[in-house]
Amino acid sequence: MPEIRVTPLGAGQDVGRSCILVSIAGKNVMLDCGMHMGFNDDRRFPDFSYITRNGRLTDFLDCVIISHFHLDHCGALPYFSEMVGYDGPIYMTHPTQAICPILLEDYRKIAVDKKGEANFFTSQMIKDCMKKVVAVHLHQTVQVDDELEIKAYYAGHVLGAAMFQIKVGSESVVYTGDYNMTPDRHLGAAWIDKCRPNLLITESTYATTIRDSKRCRERDFLKKVHEAVERGGKVLIPVFALGRAQELCILLETFWERMNLKAPIYFSTGLTEKANHYYKLFITWTNQKIRKTFVQRNMFEFKHIKAFDRAFADNPGPMVVFATPGMLHAGQSLQIFRKWAGNEKNMVIMPGYCVQGTVGHKILSGQRKLEMEGRQVLEVKMQVEYMSFSAHADAKGIMQLVGQAEPESVLLVHGEAKKMEFLKQKIEQEFRVNCYMPANGETVTLPTSPSIPVGISLGLLKREMAQGLLPDVKKPRLLHGTLIMKDSNFRLVSSEQALKELGLAEHQLRFTCRVHLHDPRKEQEMAVRVYSHLKSVLKDHCVQHLPDGSVTVESILIQAAAHSEDPGTKVLLVSWTYQDEELGSYLTSLLKKGLPQASS
Amino acid sequence: MCLHFSKLLYLLSLLHGMHQQQEEIATKKLRLTKPSKSAALHIDLCKATSPADALQYLLQFARKPVEAESVEGVVRILLEHYYKENDPSVRLKIASLLGLLSKTAGFSPDCIMDDAINILQNEKSHQVLAQLLDTLLAIGTKLPENQAIQIRLVDVACKHLTDTSHGVRNKCLQLLGNLGSLEKSVTKDGEGLAVRDVQKIIGDYFSDQDPRVRTAAIKAMLQLHERGLKLHQAIYNQACKLLSDDYEQVRSAAVQLIWVVSQLYPESIVPIPSSNEEIRLVDDAFGKICHMVSDGSWVVRVQAAKLLGSMEQVSSHFLEQTLDKKLMSDLRRKRTAHERAKELYSSGEFSSGRKWGDDAPKEEIDTGAVNLIESGACGAFVHGLEDEMYEVRIAAVEALCMLAQSSPSFAEKCLDFLVDMFNDEIEEVRLQSIHTMRKISNNITLREDQLDTVLAVLEDSSRDIREALHELLCCTNVSTKEGIHLALVELLKNLTKYPTDRDSIWKCLKFLGSRHPTLVLPLVPELLSTHPFFDTAEPDMDDPAYIAVLVLIFNAAKTCPTMPALFSDHTFRHYAYLRDSLSHLVPALRLPGRKLVSSAVSPSIAPHEDPSHQFLQQSLERVYSLQHLDPQGTQELLEFTIRDLQRLGELQSELAGVADFSATYLRCQLLLIKALQEKLWNVAAPLYLKQSDLASAAAKQIMEETYKMEFMYSGVENKQVVIIHHMRLQAKALQLIVTARTTRGVDPLFGMCEKFLQEVDFFQRCFIADLPHLQDSFVDKLLDLMPRLMTSKPVEVVKILQTMLRQSTFLHLPLPEQIHKASATIIEPAGESDNPLRFTSGLVVALDVDATLEHVQDPQSTVKVQVLYPDGQAQMIHPKPADFRNPGPGRHRLITQVYLSHTAWTEPCQVEVRLLLAYNSNSRIPKSPWIEGGEVSPQVETSIEGTIPFSKSVKVYIMPKPARR
Repeated sequence: MPEIRVTPLGAGQDVGRSCILVSIAGKNVMLDCGMHMGFNDDRRFPDFSYITRNGRLTDFLDCVIISHFHLDHCGALPYFSEMVGYDGPIYMTHPTQAICPILLEDYRKIAVDKKGEANFFTSQMIKDCMKKVVAVHLHQTVQVDDELEIKAYYAGHVLGAAMFQIKVGSESVVYTGDYNMTPDRHLGAAWIDKCRPNLLITESTYATTIRDSKRCRERDFLKKVHEAVERGGKVLIPVFALGRAQELCILLETFWERMNLKAPIYFSTGLTEKANHYYKLFITWTNQKIRKTFVQRNMFEFKHIKAFDRAFADNPGPMVVFATPGMLHAGQSLQIFRKWAGNEKNMVIMPGYCVQGTVGHKILSGQRKLEMEGRQVLEVKMQVEYMSFSAHADAKGIMQLVGQAEPESVLLVHGEAKKMEFLKQKIEQEFRVNCYMPANGETVTLPTSPSIPVGISLGLLKREMAQGLLPDVKKPRLLHGTLIMKDSNFRLVSSEQALKELGLAEHQLRFTCRVHLHDPRKEQEMAVRVYSHLKSVLKDHCVQHLPDGSVTVESILIQAAAHSEDPGTKVLLVSWTYQDEELGSYLTSLLKKGLPQASS
Repeated sequence: MCLHFSKLLYLLSLLHGMHQQQEEIATKKLRLTKPSKSAALHIDLCKATSPADALQYLLQFARKPVEAESVEGVVRILLEHYYKENDPSVRLKIASLLGLLSKTAGFSPDCIMDDAINILQNEKSHQVLAQLLDTLLAIGTKLPENQAIQIRLVDVACKHLTDTSHGVRNKCLQLLGNLGSLEKSVTKDGEGLAVRDVQKIIGDYFSDQDPRVRTAAIKAMLQLHERGLKLHQAIYNQACKLLSDDYEQVRSAAVQLIWVVSQLYPESIVPIPSSNEEIRLVDDAFGKICHMVSDGSWVVRVQAAKLLGSMEQVSSHFLEQTLDKKLMSDLRRKRTAHERAKELYSSGEFSSGRKWGDDAPKEEIDTGAVNLIESGACGAFVHGLEDEMYEVRIAAVEALCMLAQSSPSFAEKCLDFLVDMFNDEIEEVRLQSIHTMRKISNNITLREDQLDTVLAVLEDSSRDIREALHELLCCTNVSTKEGIHLALVELLKNLTKYPTDRDSIWKCLKFLGSRHPTLVLPLVPELLSTHPFFDTAEPDMDDPAYIAVLVLIFNAAKTCPTMPALFSDHTFRHYAYLRDSLSHLVPALRLPGRKLVSSAVSPSIAPHEDPSHQFLQQSLERVYSLQHLDPQGTQELLEFTIRDLQRLGELQSELAGVADFSATYLRCQLLLIKALQEKLWNVAAPLYLKQSDLASAAAKQIMEETYKMEFMYSGVENKQVVIIHHMRLQAKALQLIVTARTTRGVDPLFGMCEKFLQEVDFFQRCFIADLPHLQDSFVDKLLDLMPRLMTSKPVEVVKILQTMLRQSTFLHLPLPEQIHKASATIIEPAGESDNPLRFTSGLVVALDVDATLEHVQDPQSTVKVQVLYPDGQAQMIHPKPADFRNPGPGRHRLITQVYLSHTAWTEPCQVEVRLLLAYNSNSRIPKSPWIEGGEVSPQVETSIEGTIPFSKSVKVYIMPKPARR
């Protein structure tokens, strides 16, 4: 029985460490290879030993697919390919291929240089790993081998994020990665065609949330920044370097442009400049507005946003500064925050979620006095605002995508178990498809019924066509032919041709049946009666009375004989070839009912 | 003729080649009485050695039009060649030519139908079949009256519906859609033909295997609807199934079909699947179309969003659902930002948004009750307005606008969403939503927080956006005095940032003031910064901001008599000044202790409206009835009436169009009478050479005036056009007579006479329907004598014309319902500057031109800018189509740049800039259908192009300096 098996090594009823194994028609594919933010021990990477105890990964896995550059989707890649050992192809989109190594390098630096970890992957390993990457374009069908093919669809979320369709023969699986169904300032919405996969593996971060319109949030954000700048205050926006940061930059940049504002906007340097460079390059991956206007002006070539220098923080007058990291727990953003916190004209806007224990979380929950290192107490007089900008599909968006792709079953990953439960129930209810939500290490097995293509010879088809009316979708039609299975392909040919091809002689197969009828008359008379009866019933068949006393209907032969024991009973011998099975069995049942009483 | 005949023989012998048959030639000869283009085609087709050659000839042939008389001959030749041709591509071209030919005006294609159906039966190539069906469609549409033909064609189409090629099936369905009818069942019984239910046949193809055929089937169904057949309600269910088709064009067409059915049967009841409930069909359809707003293909989304706007019968709770998107967070109900804003507002506190978790979710939601993918209309507009493609967003905004116009409660609800759209990233969308808001503004009152968002857009750097917003503010209702204050502050901020917006802002404040007098009243002391005890400093009268404040206050004071008591002395002085200098912005006020002449006039305008209209009618009637008086009296009466009308036009702006129009017509008549009164007619020609100046000048002027009448007024109907043309004809006759009188020799007259007769002929052809109305007129008499004129000598013609011109009566000009004179005002350049614009000679300088145009139809193609240099050089500039904006019905705004250049001058001098209205008399004449990219057939020389200046010219001081070396 053919089946699809799915085992999440990470992201099963969990967020982070995305890594899903899929076996489809004998091919093994690994989807994403991420790390977990919450752990610093072995648990941060997926347990690759699950895949194969002993033996090389390369032999077992046909390919690895990375959906986008976030570390929880690609963070374990160098470890997996260089330290565990995998030499097969790794597929990702061009922007992911470009940006991924920057983030991996950054991650490595923090782990090794700051935390001093040993036994971590090195820069060289990142480089070697990236050499195994094969980049794909959107909607490009890539043949991994003779049977396995993959295809990328646009997913929104971050630059270069993609959903992947994995297809072997007629069986297919779609993996969404992270996606966003509502467009934002720099990316479009995810889109997939009606590909009707056997299984759709979707993220479910916001399984229980339906979000408000994006416009309100944007408007609020702009209004707050604008007001603060107008009264001469300084605005601090702590962000992570990639993704949302670019969206907010574009938002502010266009707003500045529209409103003719003059206050400077700064972006703390580092990663970002390199990343911005890639954003400029991959214009085709952005939204309609940016794609349409880049000929006049590339939106990522910011006119108003300049690189930040530490000294600028003390400059008088209004300004807006984007600084990393996003949770105000260390680095430049915290330094600036400490400088500006004392002035009530200033403002800090937190554009995302903050983990407990960080300064960001403290000020968001209303704390006004912060203890800094060295027993220093910092009084926060500046305004603190919270804005949620997130690029995952909400419950409605997930349902929309399921509706678009029309899968046979759905599998949820990348979300919390409790929330998944709700969505699972909804999906089963609305679409009447099976929905699964395996935990890490748990395997889901889906039986599939792949369709098998059969070639039909043109001659046979035409002969059949000539016989009857045009094919009708609603009514099935009977077709006689011979199925030849040869070299794992199937052909339907006419029986004569089959015999010729296989060099076999034709055998006649006849069914015979005796029908006992009470009739005292002579056999001859009997035959005549049968003849006249059949003639009246089967109007469109050729019924003949042969001189030897037998009756034929097409190829069916009927002979009447007297019963050896009971002369009052006559035996009708009906014989037909198997081709005329339908007519033959009809005739026997007709004759069994008896002949009509003679009217002659 | 002899030559033609021999040529024809030659041709036919070529055509028949080897099997020459004498008798056939004889029959052919009769048919081709007028050998023309067909002849050339013959030779070519017979010369053609290969299919490619033949194709080339056919292509060449198709470039030239064919006269109606020779179409049949050409068709015969083509058909004959068709039978012989083996190459399908040539047959295809012939088939397409047949279709094209049968469209020729004046040719009745029923004679070729039999042949077309014949060749259809023997055709094997699918492409050619499809093309032949197309030809039949052309024939069928040409003969909409002929029932029998239609029935036959429908039969042919039904027969080929089972073809294996999608192209053929497509065309068959198209044919059915265009020609199939329902009434047939009545007429057919007698003929004993099977009654065909066209809708059923087309409906069967909704499930065809080819998406293109499915689309064609739906389109055919829509075509049936367009032709006025009532579609069955049963189609609704079929169409609903197509909504989930795999192909976008099918879905897009299906959405349209569902919309059509919902408009036909809005009130019928349909069951909701999987429940016992039933709802109105229009509601169900609305829900389904709403669902398509989140379709995978943006083409379908645009289509769906557009159609939503026109479903006005939908129930209000369905309508309101489109704006509803139940928010939740972790399975708990959350309020939308809009709801929160509203609550904050009603609790009296302005949105702080300072707390994290301000939007914290409240009550728990029953998991069973949450419907994530509603079949209903939930949140359709929320999705549409957030769409990725701006096309969809614009369509959604338009739909919102249309629905809001018909439902005030919905208007109130959609306000928040519209306000949000003011921040869209694409300017077009922002502009569209501002316009939408303006259109629904009488249904709504803006809350303060909404006003705040609206006003924030005033800082937009795009001029269009700001002006649209000013227009919006002109007609919005504000609820509180803080709102007014906020609006004023923001407008003043706008003024300092963009001083060029001055006029627009003043105008905006004028309306804002007159709409909210009671809200302005408590603000007056603060705005004028008066103090109960102390005199404050007198503000600067030239400050635009101060003027803006005064405009607001004075307009509010118009309906609020207590307000002037709050004014200080200098305010009154400033009022007097502004009332004089900016009278269009400052209304007349009844101020204590001041006598105002105009104050008596202003309230009495309204009741006067009817009498003034009466006056107009009466004076016109007087003129028309008094035509038989002695010339002197007539002239005087005309002069007085013209004067009256002109004055009336000045006083009553709504009657200006009619008055001017009539006055112009009367002036023409006056000129004509005066010209005919000239003494020169009584004396022998050579003696009065010089005096003829007056008559010829009159003729010229009448011509000019008639062009003005025809092209400068919008709303001129055919009735008036006839009269105008008639007047022009008279002017031409006058011209001819004058020329005949003043020129010696007969030769030049020949040409002129012929031309004039051609014009008469043209007039007759163009206005044949209106001729009965022109009894006793000049042209009526002229046409009576036409046969005589055609044969007479020029001298006689002139004589006849002269007497007729004198005898002709004065035609009554019926007044059109709505008539407006096109006018233009140049706002910029203002022409006040004393500083010359300096630039280096030979280079160019850009001059910004900003003008408002009123009642100009199709300004993109007609309005030109003219620059006159002091040396008499004139330059005409065609503004780009994008330079025209359309801020309101009948109004246009031209903002463009004009490039000036000249050689060096010794001192600065003024150039004149003005706007011209270009006209082309050809535009009124319908074009023949055959001409597709071919040369236009030579028309009678009546296509006169010219320009009419329709704005005051503005002088601009410029100084081209010599270039320095």
